Amino acid sequence: MRHNIRIAVGPVQFRIGSDWAEPISALEQLYAGYPQDDARPADATVRLFAARPWRRWVRPSVHIGGDFVVPDALPLPLSMGLLAAEMGMNLQVALGWRRHMLLHASAVARDDRALIMSGESGSGKSTLAALLGEGDWRLMGDEFTLIDPASGDALAFPRAVSLKNEAIAAVAAQVDAARLGPLMAGTPKGDIRHLIPRADAIADMHEPARPTLLLFPRFGGAAAIEPMGEGEAFVRLTEASTNYVALGEAGFAALTRLVRETPAFGVSYPDSATGIALVEQLWAEVAK
Amino acid sequence: MSAVQTFVDLLAGRREAAALAPREWDGVIGVARSEAMLPTLAHRLDGADLPPTVAALFADQRAAAAVAQRQALWEAEMARRALAPLGIEFVLLKGAAYAAANMACAAGRQIGDLDILVLASDIRRAENALLNAGWEWVKSDPYDDFYYREHMHELPPLIHKSRDRMIDVHHTILPRTHRITPDALALVSDAVTSAGGFAVLNPADMTCHCAAHMLADGDLQGGLRNLWDFNLMTRDFAAADPRFWEQLDVRARLHGLRDAVQRAARMSRDLYGAVLPAGWNGPETTDRWFRQRLVARDDWGRVTRPLLEQAFYIRSHWLRMPPTMLAQHLWTKWRKR
Repeated sequence: MRHNIRIAVGPVQFRIGSDWAEPISALEQLYAGYPQDDARPADATVRLFAARPWRRWVRPSVHIGGDFVVPDALPLPLSMGLLAAEMGMNLQVALGWRRHMLLHASAVARDDRALIMSGESGSGKSTLAALLGEGDWRLMGDEFTLIDPASGDALAFPRAVSLKNEAIAAVAAQVDAARLGPLMAGTPKGDIRHLIPRADAIADMHEPARPTLLLFPRFGGAAAIEPMGEGEAFVRLTEASTNYVALGEAGFAALTRLVRETPAFGVSYPDSATGIALVEQLWAEVAK
Repeated sequence: MSAVQTFVDLLAGRREAAALAPREWDGVIGVARSEAMLPTLAHRLDGADLPPTVAALFADQRAAAAVAQRQALWEAEMARRALAPLGIEFVLLKGAAYAAANMACAAGRQIGDLDILVLASDIRRAENALLNAGWEWVKSDPYDDFYYREHMHELPPLIHKSRDRMIDVHHTILPRTHRITPDALALVSDAVTSAGGFAVLNPADMTCHCAAHMLADGDLQGGLRNLWDFNLMTRDFAAADPRFWEQLDVRARLHGLRDAVQRAARMSRDLYGAVLPAGWNGPETTDRWFRQRLVARDDWGRVTRPLLEQAFYIRSHWLRMPPTMLAQHLWTKWRKR
């Protein structure tokens, strides 16, 4: 396609093609610090395209395509091209990746041990991961955590963090403005701004980490910690996995092992500071 | 060279994987994914000299295809358990049949819905048995439901409520309204038992169905995959039985599918390098359009010939139903938009 870029996030090499220059140049800025291997063939293809040739210029709207396509997905205006690229990358991974079990979860690591946080959109898992990643944790990812069926280890997928709504201000207050992407206001997912992970998180993105703590955060309500049984954690994570069924027995074995070996808790918190305090408290208990 | 041509050459064995430049793999993998044939390519190039990341991706694909195939055969077993107690016999079709018969084309082949063929006289009982066993109707639109029941060669699709898998129950292999009427009774009564225990079409009929599905029914979507199936099954059937091509001709005449089968054979020769016996090698100028339709993809996996694609779409409807009925159908569909 006319404009394109190659990006490697964790184990996945993408190539992203676009009918417009803008989404590609925005990606170039966000992913400038990621490792580049031009000789490496792409695992996954994302296409950002105009459904009709004139829609490149007249009310340009970005359709998301690639190896896998969601039928009837609505296009986005060109001003949200970066969001379209992010959605396209997520889609290809969610539907196409088979090497690891994919959890729709954020993760951070300390001493090669991983804290995995799973929850619905709005649970605060991305924000907590982003804030922890600014402290003495390594950000592994805000969207997907990959579990290696052979070793049981967690692997990172540290794409640019997608900050939403209130989280934007909370994180922007703590980081260098050069690590933030452009503000996209009023998208179908609310206001969005991307955060470039710290250089050490990108440099270490191939380092596996041992799952050590599983959290199911819930933003809002009084601070509370509730231990979660293996059964409930298992069922929740099957729902949070995009390829659990496709992996068959290997997926079952990986998930069973994960919930048996990793203590799990539900956590409610009224604000980020409390959330982080609860995380550190639990980590101190389980990571002894 | 275009990525789709490279992809076809790799399958045909005309090109060595080791000779590809790293950048060429992007397009090959993209095209293979667009054709739902990446696991097929992964099997074809198993053991070839590949870049390490491509080898890793292909290993993932082979493993995933093995799981998918096991799940598809389990679905066939579920259908058997629903239908066998009522004495309803069925024949597996397409991907599940190739897997059950352990055929070469099953290696890495994507299997979508479970397709089964039953006698027309059993179709109502089969539907009831499946509904009792947990399958449900997918189509809620009364016109679509009516259309399937009146004019199609299969029931409206059913989906299993807990396993979320679709089953297509056929009573023949082309729509009732199609210009060609295969002998459905012969298809079922001459079926054979596969290594996996399920009934499948006999080699000649299976080949006829493959050609019919590719050339007489649809608009050639997925044509490269169907042609690959055709190529491998004719190769292996002919190797196992020297009279295969004669029998294929006899059955193709019986089902009214001689043109489709012969065209499929010529196309598998032209694209995948199949070796055909005497009498099958005739030239046919219109093949050119079919070949172009099959390779109409660019290096990003996009369809490159929208007019040609549209023409084949119109052709599929033209074959499927008489003109007045087509007009009525399009009118009804247009009003519902």
